[in-house]
Amino acid sequence: MSNSLHLSYKVSGDDFTRAGEASSDLKAKLKQMGVSPEIIRKVAIAMYEGEINMVIHANGGTIDVEINPQEIIMILTDTGPGIEDVERAMTEGYSTASENILSLGFGAGMGLPNMKKYSDDMDIKTEVGIGTTVTMKIYL
Amino acid sequence: MTVSEIAKICNLEVLNMAEPEKGISGVFCCDLLSIVMGKAFAGCAWVTVMGNINSIAVAALADMACIILADGAAIDEVALTKAREQMITVLKSKNSIFETALAVHQAL
Repeated sequence: MSNSLHLSYKVSGDDFTRAGEASSDLKAKLKQMGVSPEIIRKVAIAMYEGEINMVIHANGGTIDVEINPQEIIMILTDTGPGIEDVERAMTEGYSTASENILSLGFGAGMGLPNMKKYSDDMDIKTEVGIGTTVTMKIYL
Repeated sequence: MTVSEIAKICNLEVLNMAEPEKGISGVFCCDLLSIVMGKAFAGCAWVTVMGNINSIAVAALADMACIILADGAAIDEVALTKAREQMITVLKSKNSIFETALAVHQAL
């Protein structure tokens, strides 16, 4: 495991002023490591969408990142309400966000679709009332 | 075309000039942040009326050249502070989103 780097972030719930801090930090670290700008952009966008989802829907959570020579793995874990219908949540434009969220510019129903679009592999494990874990991989 | 050149040519008010020599690759317009995240391209000038702290985060994460607030849209002090920290150029226009984007597009 000496060949991989592990990072862990805590995402606060309902705090839109801090949303994006984890993604920004990871972006800066990847830049220092010399990862290509295209890969960094994919990671930053996928992770930011995940962060925002946690803030909007799940009262925060944790993000664990592993960077190894082959890939960047992001595991987003929350103990929020879970996703009732994953297939529907994956549909572009489907949103359960409130008016308040919409007024901030979020809630377009593009969060999960964007995460899928920008990651090379995405897996969602969710249970209503228990929480959600999203694992995204981006190959280097 | 650089952000400082665009600011001059299109007569845009400069709220924060981070990297004057940064090149603009094209224009992107949208106010819904998730759509912006999914579709905006690196190096774009993003024309929007959304001037909050999350707009700054989106511009930084998506590697944009600058944000242009159209329609005289306001930006709060928290967002402007974040723009300075994150090195995001923020410009402002009194004109509509369409007129602003068209002017920038024609100038490129």
